[in-house]
Amino acid sequence: MSIFKKIITAVRGGASEAGEAIVDANSTRIFEQEIRDSEKHITIAKRDLTEVMAKQMQAARELSQLQASIKEHEGYAMQALNQGNEALAIEVAEKIAELETNAADQQQANESFLKSADRLKELIKKSERQLTEYKRQLTMVKTTESVQKATSAITDNFSASNSKLLNAKDSLERIKKKQAMFDDKLKAAEQLESETPEQDLKKKLQAAGIGAQANSAQSVLDRLKNK
Amino acid sequence: MNIHTIATHLNKLADDTDTGFNFDCTPIDGEIDVLQVEIIGREEIPIFVSISDNQILCIAYLWGEDEIKSELKANMMEAMLEMNIPMPLSAFAKVEDKYVVFGALSINSSLEDIELELVTLSDNSLEVISEMDSYLN
Repeated sequence: MSIFKKIITAVRGGASEAGEAIVDANSTRIFEQEIRDSEKHITIAKRDLTEVMAKQMQAARELSQLQASIKEHEGYAMQALNQGNEALAIEVAEKIAELETNAADQQQANESFLKSADRLKELIKKSERQLTEYKRQLTMVKTTESVQKATSAITDNFSASNSKLLNAKDSLERIKKKQAMFDDKLKAAEQLESETPEQDLKKKLQAAGIGAQANSAQSVLDRLKNK
Repeated sequence: MNIHTIATHLNKLADDTDTGFNFDCTPIDGEIDVLQVEIIGREEIPIFVSISDNQILCIAYLWGEDEIKSELKANMMEAMLEMNIPMPLSAFAKVEDKYVVFGALSINSSLEDIELELVTLSDNSLEVISEMDSYLN
């Protein structure tokens, strides 16, 4: 059964009771062990791949050296023939035959290394995909368990403190009331600031033309005329 | 990151907050550490923070199964699904018989990211209850 299915089944089936795990601790440990094993396999496969690739490069280098050598000896054989030195030409031809056998061997080794490298690369990719999948599943199990444990701690805390989570609408109502009260207080404070009795009286006196008046051009002019 | 670092940061923010809110944090004992975060003025809907191997989970409880008008439950769920993506940073879920909004953060999140997450989650939870009240008793 997939982990996803297991989680759904366990939660639906009420295995979500505190203490009852989705996947028992032993399975989780086995799972973690599998992840560690996979990681180890990938490391080994990568080391093997490096070795195979190094061998392949070596084979390819030797092959090209042999091919160069074959070409070189073919030149020598032609020169010997041109000089009419058949005996020397045959000797060179024998060398060429030997080089060609070696080249064929190297060619074969090269191809076989290339195939191994491809196979190992494919294996590593597959194992890495598998590892990602294991890790994703383990995260799911651990998260589910962690949420269950957190929920049980929260529930215990509420029952211990003899309080409980309020009804959603009541909670919202109370928060809104608090917010409204806060806003009202703020407004009241602003009003109070601007309407102290002293300032209020000053305003009334000013309106009645009593006491200190705001300076206006007219009042300045009147004052100058009276001098 | 652990809940005590988060609690210390939030409790001492006072006027230096980036979000304009004050917080009151209380750790809850249990098999795993849970931090109860109350935003001042919104104490009725606390947010619970827990930390696992690879993520920080912040959960706010919305309402219980028993608060839903049963004949409207399917409509409510559809409305919640439709609202899920537009709702910033949070998603809906159900834990036992309670509907919740939650946000999951990387274990490497900064304290400022966590503060923003908590405030957004709180705003979202108030808005959701307000928008969904026709489905609730």
